[in-house]
Amino acid sequence: MPWTRDQMAQRAAQELEDGMYVNLGIGIPTLVANYTGDKDITLQSENGMLGMGPFPYEGEEDADLINAGKQTITELPKTAYFDSATSFGMIRGGKIAAAILGAMEVAENGDLANWMIPGKLVKGMGGAMDLVAGVGRVIVVMDHQNKAGESKVLRSCTLPLTGAGVVDRIITNLGVLDVVEGGLRIVELADGVSEQQMRDATEATIV
Amino acid sequence: MQKVYGSAAEALDGLLSDGMLIAAGGFGLCGIPELLIDAIVESGVRDLTVASNNAGVDGFGLGKLLDTRQIRKMMSSYVGENKEFMRQYLGGELELEFNPQGTLAERMRAGGAGIPGFYTRTGAGTVIAEGKEVKRFAGPDGREEDYILERGIFADLSIVKAWKADETGNAVFRKTARNFNPPAAMCGRVCVMEVEEIVPVGSLDPDHVHLPGIYVHRLIQGRHEKRIEQRTTRARTDQAAAAAGEEV
Repeated sequence: MPWTRDQMAQRAAQELEDGMYVNLGIGIPTLVANYTGDKDITLQSENGMLGMGPFPYEGEEDADLINAGKQTITELPKTAYFDSATSFGMIRGGKIAAAILGAMEVAENGDLANWMIPGKLVKGMGGAMDLVAGVGRVIVVMDHQNKAGESKVLRSCTLPLTGAGVVDRIITNLGVLDVVEGGLRIVELADGVSEQQMRDATEATIV
Repeated sequence: MQKVYGSAAEALDGLLSDGMLIAAGGFGLCGIPELLIDAIVESGVRDLTVASNNAGVDGFGLGKLLDTRQIRKMMSSYVGENKEFMRQYLGGELELEFNPQGTLAERMRAGGAGIPGFYTRTGAGTVIAEGKEVKRFAGPDGREEDYILERGIFADLSIVKAWKADETGNAVFRKTARNFNPPAAMCGRVCVMEVEEIVPVGSLDPDHVHLPGIYVHRLIQGRHEKRIEQRTTRARTDQAAAAAGEEV
């Protein structure tokens, strides 16, 4: 059985180590926070916060306290606030250990596309280009194939890039792949997924 | 020098002209200068270029200036929340320059710090790099990589929002409403700030000032709607888990 969204998030949470400062993207990456267990992980929100807490209780929402997805959130005892220039300074400066984010396409050379589809409504890249260019490790969490059953793990991206050669690890519903010299290396297969199934579902070169 | 004005319109008097570049603070609807935006709508000034991370929502924030067609060009990182914006953009009525969020923030900060250009790794190898000078540098991790030249922003006017300021403009922000406000304030030739409360000089701890008054030329106090864009909550039943220190 391929992994569910929650199992993918759970697997991604294993990438995080005690003491790490981490930025989580929207979608499945947000679920990763549910699976960090006893590890002391500090979540960064690029609109200017370290130490992001959970959603507030109803009636305790604060218009001055939101995450990068513009959702109301809460602070923690360890929280620190700062401006956007400082926030992206710590991102580009390599202080954030890892970013976990979704993708439309990933290529075997580590290219990542997740911000625009030509001809479709373009909303903007937000902070994604800065994150993938700056953080220590970029981990992509996504479905292995699109709704049409085509591989999202490609020889080269067809969509405009968010970053060139930036991805370190890909976690999909079929397993875990690393970007290495010459292509992708299978690190792990989801329970019940065979290596052949992984290869069949992947357009990229598997070494 | 008297910095405190009676209203947003008075504070903007003599500062607005058609075709000018305005840098605005705020992230989404959080920490936006809503009173100054309303006054700019009232002024009727046109053909504005606005550097702001987002473009408001339909009928609120910068969305009001889009509704009245006073904006010719936006410099932003994300504009997904505004139908009127998209209509004007797709119809060719509105120019849009996408900036990666951190590049936009740094362009403002750099402009305010007298730096007309800087190299960043953000956007190297993407459409953002097209037409920009590329240079190889060893980065923070020691690896040689391509960096692209980005320009500092020197705005004609900054409009920003803080929580409190004293009468000299020393300002304090609250939580994530700080966001783009300090860099936006810094990059303008003139900066007008709106706050929820103007406090007497001497009542702010000098060690706790987030933005020194040197960056603030005019100041108003007013009531803010502070609209919430995405109201997300958790159920009260999670209280036990939260009390146990678990992240929910």
